[in-house]
Amino acid sequence: MQRYSGFGLFKHSLSHNENWQRMWRNPTPKPVYDVIIVGGGGHGLATAYYLAKVHGITNVAVVEKGWLGGGNTARNTTIVRSNYLWDESAQLYEHAMKLWEGLSQDINYNVMFSPRGVYNLCHTLQDMRDSERRVSANRLNGIDGELLDAKQTAAEIPYLDCSKNTRYPVMGATVQRRGGVARHDAVAWGYARAADALGVDLIQQTEVIGFRKENGVVIGVETSKGFIGGKRVGVVTAGNSGHMAKLAGFRLPLESHPLQALVSEPIKPIIDSVIMSNAVHGYISQSDKGDLVIGAGIDGYVGYGQRGSYPTIEHTLQAIVEMFPVLSRVRMNRQWGGIVDTSPDACPIISKTPVPNLFFNCGWGTGGFKATPGSGHVFAASLATGEMHPLAKPFAMDRFHSGALIDEHGAAAVAH
Amino acid sequence: MLQIFCPHCGELRAEEEFHAAGQAHIPRPLDPNACTDQEWGDYLFFRDNPRGLHHELWIHAAGCRQYFNATRDTISYEIFETYKIGEKPSVTAKPKAAAPGEQA
Amino acid sequence: MSQINRLSNGGRINRNQPLTFTFNGTTYQGFAGDTLAAALLANGVDIIGRSFKYSRPRGIVAAGAEEPNAVLQIGSREATQIPNVRATQQALYSGLVATSTNGWPSVNNDIMGILGKVGGDMMAPGFYYKTFMYPQSMWMTYEKYIRKAAGLGRAPKENDPDRYDHMNQHCDVLVVGGGAAGLAAALAAGRAGARVILADEQEEFGGQLLDSRESLDGRPAADWVAKAVAELKAMPEVLLLPRATVNGYHDHNFLTIHERRFDHLGEVAPMGEARQRMHRVRAKRVVLATGAHERPLVYGNNDVPGNMLAGAVSTYIRRYGVAPGKQLVLSTTNDFAYRVALDWLEAGLKVVAIADARGNPRGAWVEEARAKGIRLLTGSAVIETRGSKRVSAARIAAIDPVGHKVTSPGEWLECDTVATSGGYSPVVHLASHLGGKPTWREDLLAFVPGEGFQQRVCAGAVNGVFQLGDVLADGFEAGVKAAGEVGFAPVSGEVPSVAARSEDASIALFQVPHEKSTARGPKQFVDLQNDVTSAGIELATREGFESVEHVKRYTALGFGTDQGKLGNINGLAIAARSLGISITQMGTTMFRPNYTPVTFGSVAGRNCGALFDPVRYTALHAWHLAQGAEFEDVGQWKRPWYFPKNGEDLHAAVARECKAVRDSVGLLDASTLGKIDIQGPDAREFLNRVYTNAWTKLDVGKARYGLMCKEDGMVFDDGVTACLADNHFLMTTTTGGAARVMQWLEIYHQTEWPDLKVYFTSVTDHWATMTLSGPNSRKLLAEVTDIDLDRDGFPFMTWKEGLVGGVPARVFRISFTGELSYEINVQADYAMGVLEKIVAAGKAYNLTPYGTETMHVLRAEKGFIIVGQDTDGSVTPDDLNMGWCVGRTKPFSWIGWRGMNREDCVRENRKQLVGLKPVDPNVVLPEGAQLVFDTKQQIPMAMVGHVTSSYYSASLGYSFALAMVKGGLKRMGEKVFAPLADGRFVEAEICSSVFFDPKGEQQNV
Repeated sequence: MQRYSGFGLFKHSLSHNENWQRMWRNPTPKPVYDVIIVGGGGHGLATAYYLAKVHGITNVAVVEKGWLGGGNTARNTTIVRSNYLWDESAQLYEHAMKLWEGLSQDINYNVMFSPRGVYNLCHTLQDMRDSERRVSANRLNGIDGELLDAKQTAAEIPYLDCSKNTRYPVMGATVQRRGGVARHDAVAWGYARAADALGVDLIQQTEVIGFRKENGVVIGVETSKGFIGGKRVGVVTAGNSGHMAKLAGFRLPLESHPLQALVSEPIKPIIDSVIMSNAVHGYISQSDKGDLVIGAGIDGYVGYGQRGSYPTIEHTLQAIVEMFPVLSRVRMNRQWGGIVDTSPDACPIISKTPVPNLFFNCGWGTGGFKATPGSGHVFAASLATGEMHPLAKPFAMDRFHSGALIDEHGAAAVAH
Repeated sequence: MLQIFCPHCGELRAEEEFHAAGQAHIPRPLDPNACTDQEWGDYLFFRDNPRGLHHELWIHAAGCRQYFNATRDTISYEIFETYKIGEKPSVTAKPKAAAPGEQA
Repeated sequence: MSQINRLSNGGRINRNQPLTFTFNGTTYQGFAGDTLAAALLANGVDIIGRSFKYSRPRGIVAAGAEEPNAVLQIGSREATQIPNVRATQQALYSGLVATSTNGWPSVNNDIMGILGKVGGDMMAPGFYYKTFMYPQSMWMTYEKYIRKAAGLGRAPKENDPDRYDHMNQHCDVLVVGGGAAGLAAALAAGRAGARVILADEQEEFGGQLLDSRESLDGRPAADWVAKAVAELKAMPEVLLLPRATVNGYHDHNFLTIHERRFDHLGEVAPMGEARQRMHRVRAKRVVLATGAHERPLVYGNNDVPGNMLAGAVSTYIRRYGVAPGKQLVLSTTNDFAYRVALDWLEAGLKVVAIADARGNPRGAWVEEARAKGIRLLTGSAVIETRGSKRVSAARIAAIDPVGHKVTSPGEWLECDTVATSGGYSPVVHLASHLGGKPTWREDLLAFVPGEGFQQRVCAGAVNGVFQLGDVLADGFEAGVKAAGEVGFAPVSGEVPSVAARSEDASIALFQVPHEKSTARGPKQFVDLQNDVTSAGIELATREGFESVEHVKRYTALGFGTDQGKLGNINGLAIAARSLGISITQMGTTMFRPNYTPVTFGSVAGRNCGALFDPVRYTALHAWHLAQGAEFEDVGQWKRPWYFPKNGEDLHAAVARECKAVRDSVGLLDASTLGKIDIQGPDAREFLNRVYTNAWTKLDVGKARYGLMCKEDGMVFDDGVTACLADNHFLMTTTTGGAARVMQWLEIYHQTEWPDLKVYFTSVTDHWATMTLSGPNSRKLLAEVTDIDLDRDGFPFMTWKEGLVGGVPARVFRISFTGELSYEINVQADYAMGVLEKIVAAGKAYNLTPYGTETMHVLRAEKGFIIVGQDTDGSVTPDDLNMGWCVGRTKPFSWIGWRGMNREDCVRENRKQLVGLKPVDPNVVLPEGAQLVFDTKQQIPMAMVGHVTSSYYSASLGYSFALAMVKGGLKRMGEKVFAPLADGRFVEAEICSSVFFDPKGEQQNV
């Protein structure tokens, strides 16, 4: 792999950038791989990278129906945080957070992880109680978190309307200062490049249309370009996981919904951190390019169209203007939708399946991007050994039968 | 924004008056106590989640407050029919060739 | 101030109405009818800003929505600053204050520009992914400078004084675009009698007809526009919306139109007016007559001010009477662009040369140019220009467009303006908003709308129809078709005649070749706003970015506020050539709303502040205000939180209120609790199925507490339900859960048990509820009611009907405080009168109003839960130690029963609700605090539960809490610890959750 550095940049500029290498190859699929990853998004690529790097398993293919990082990786609002309530999710997301903190250096690709701080606003007394509960849990789990009162919140977040004039006045906020944002596309590309360099085959424009089984055990995938053998298969296809499960012959406790987001035109820096409000229901940050990046809510119906309904956008901007009245003259440039696979307890499914040697990693809902390195890391370990990584174990599918859910909805007072 | 025909009101109304309520035709087991944990979990949580034709439950929340079913394409968002609870869908396969809009 | 580029005549401006404005602090003059861009060009302003990455000087390029450079800040005062205004779409008004958004110390002398020149090659696409990584700790510092450099305009720092609104519209035919095709379509549909909306983004209707060289019915095109608009205005069913951009095409033919009602008059709307309006339109049919954008040519240094779109130059000359220079060079691939040379010449200016990439063009306008003696260089193109702050010369050379080669050394020609045209791209945005992929047509060298889930007809240039006569015919036909499809028969009317113009086919030229390789030649800009060059696109493909989305994302092509209207087709064609694939194989990126950006304010409309979410007030709200209550938001309700007296803080007020209730009598407004009237012969059976406990034996006149679970066995709501008559019950729910419960009852009734005869009616707002609680409540109530309040005749958990304060009331003897309590329900309209009588009588008993906080303390002393505070969707009734409320032998398997018997829900050692007594009786545990058994452990610590409710109790004389603790019910007397943020541990003893009057005697006094 051609190493990236400031000096390299200078050197290449002298040759007019004519000698940059490809970031990844366009390989012809081999007949059989040790592991096949279905889905070339951030999670799938991270899984491939850690399989190769941590476990030395390099005979790996990532099979992607479109382009690398082209699903929710390309469509999310780039927020990274680990301040989840329950131990199981907190530990998983914190595992991811620790990987985020050295990721650019690890894969020699600047993913622009920017710990600008993530604020979760509280608007009711119950919000305050829930926030104390979460921050307290975070602290005892070794995750940074502070609970601020209204005054501190107002001091830390310029232009936030902390007056009594708002419908749900701000009573306080939690902040995770290590949280922030990262450049979403770069995460996929960086992992792809690093995985490719270790020998992983990234096979784009190839759709998996079936799973081939022998005696009930998966032995590979049927694709739009023919059969590819695999000793173990990991499916990481987010919104399309339900469809993949159907192809494999079982159902998942998932529904795929549109989740919309939008950006403003680029403006000079005004929002320095990530600010989220569950009660008013909007969240906002500002990219390095100056766009305000704003997340909307989930539409209530199942939808694979990568678009949602307009009223959801309206409600979101109402929330944003309610929080930041100075932004009402700023213009929305573009809106879009992703397909999020939502699980009943708002937690992922990282699990064996009824089909031996077939593993699924899905159900991340709105939490997928921030988990990317951790998800890939624990899924790689699970695929490498055939046994679920300890951090992944609580996220097995059987919890939906036993009742041992990890309910991040009700308790956390935070979505996304 | 979808436009939905409420079979109770007999009118096409904006989606804002409605709420989606998940997959239709999932009857509560008649004897829950006879269900295994597996069966009960399947009833509670496991869904078809199809890409394409879907029978789903909606409520005319800001209208007549009645629930009804809709047959809708989850890719094109086209609604082929709405029908009352207890009725069977008349559309069970996509009426025409897959339309565009399914994006990579 | 002289307008050096203003022509002595022509244009649709009003020369009798000069307007003064400023740009970057200099005062200029324009005329009414100008756009800001036209006025700047009239005044010879070349440099309008600095580019985003290389800080190169940039000038105005276009005349419409596709303008990438002239994105300015407008605003004379702080609160009404408007960022990112496209000067080409902003009408000039008197006093307009505009500034550039980049450039320091000024756009003309910018320091960053030097860096852009020397470091340009280091800032190729993706450069930031390849550096700034080491050391890790430095990224935030690097990023600070990167952020500072980014962004165009700035948001105001003060709140917007303006308001914005929405209007719902329904129409038979929405016509998008008021050019030739759109006007024709609107006329046809309008004449047929359809209800029509015609929306156009410009100041006036007419589109290109306003600067056309062609004539309709032998007269100037603009005359026909005036006639058509007059005819449309006279139609009662036609709504004309100028300055209104159809910005989004959503599912089921729902479109939004962003109307700028006052932006043409100033930065703030007149008093009482909405500045902008979002029309939310449901259209039976849509006619898309959105026209086409001209494609610029991509050649060396094509970004120097003075390089412009050919059509834009014509627009400035003919519509605004402005020639943006003196000496013109035109570089084109098609006939239509020749009009700029003819217009330029007619303006009395010099056309230096026309470079036509085609070998032997022979169309009518080509011949006209030849006949007028303009120097025509065929098979040639401008391959580069020079000039630092304005074009000073252009090099025209012979090229081989197919082989992508320069075939002659060419010659430098002095000029100050280079107009280019590489063809026309239909504006397919709206047609593609639902994901319909545009289709590439090689015959047109353009993408046209593909299939979409849209009930629409495309007309005119967007449809790939370009000749004016054909455009009009296409428009009329589209209008007839759209109206016809929704039941309006065509009505004949005047159709203008246009002489056909002979025209030769254009050729493809997406990147002009240069002798040097793309990487080594002068910069060729593809996306001006994002400084994306053809070399950058080639680099992206070289590095393996092969999908169009990858190229876009790696280079930022089309990411700007113009969303690639100008550069995207050229960019993807360059990528396709570099990859050796066809444009069809390359495809386009996805088109998403908005067509052009819309303000947050207009999307939000009026729904902010008090209208953000409905505010629900009880019938007694005015009285609470008069008592000086502080309010708490509970659901949508404003509930009195506490009633401070004489400057009391929360704690003092609550202590006083609690004492009043325990000692004498208090008054709580409980109106917000959900109330559902349930009637029908099967009402009782229904209750049996939705509540965890049994209802079969509840007699008329009695009331019972019930718990509700979801199918997973987790507690979901609770409340008291009273039997009013044999088939008639009144259910109460939590304040926040009322709507949820109502919907819950309905879904089970309608979908699972439609055979049960039962009816639900929400009566929350119909009844006001005043709770009198405390040992003196009976005495007080007796003074205002005719109901016999005898202790045994009206026992606990029963209700009676009678008069209270002279009006009919239902009085429930139930208690949430543990004290003797009466809940008085009267029709909401009477409530204030009744309250006044109670308060008057209450003086003798020190009747004290109390709020939710006191209510919370009092109920917690009794160990009564609050769903949502002491529960979180993960606790069963047994977890709450409320097994007494679970009907384990009920015949019907009620909602929640099966769920709470799943493997994980019946295991030992689940978290259970217990009481906590801090060892230090003055320390109040924080609500939400996590609990541990062992303080010695390292982080991560094993958490065993958390505090759900916590207070200091004046009545008990110590602090106490409710908490969920792992296996807590078997750990009575054991200690738990709450580790605080400051490192301290609060030690507390696990105890019963009932602290006050465990035997329940107080409520029975």
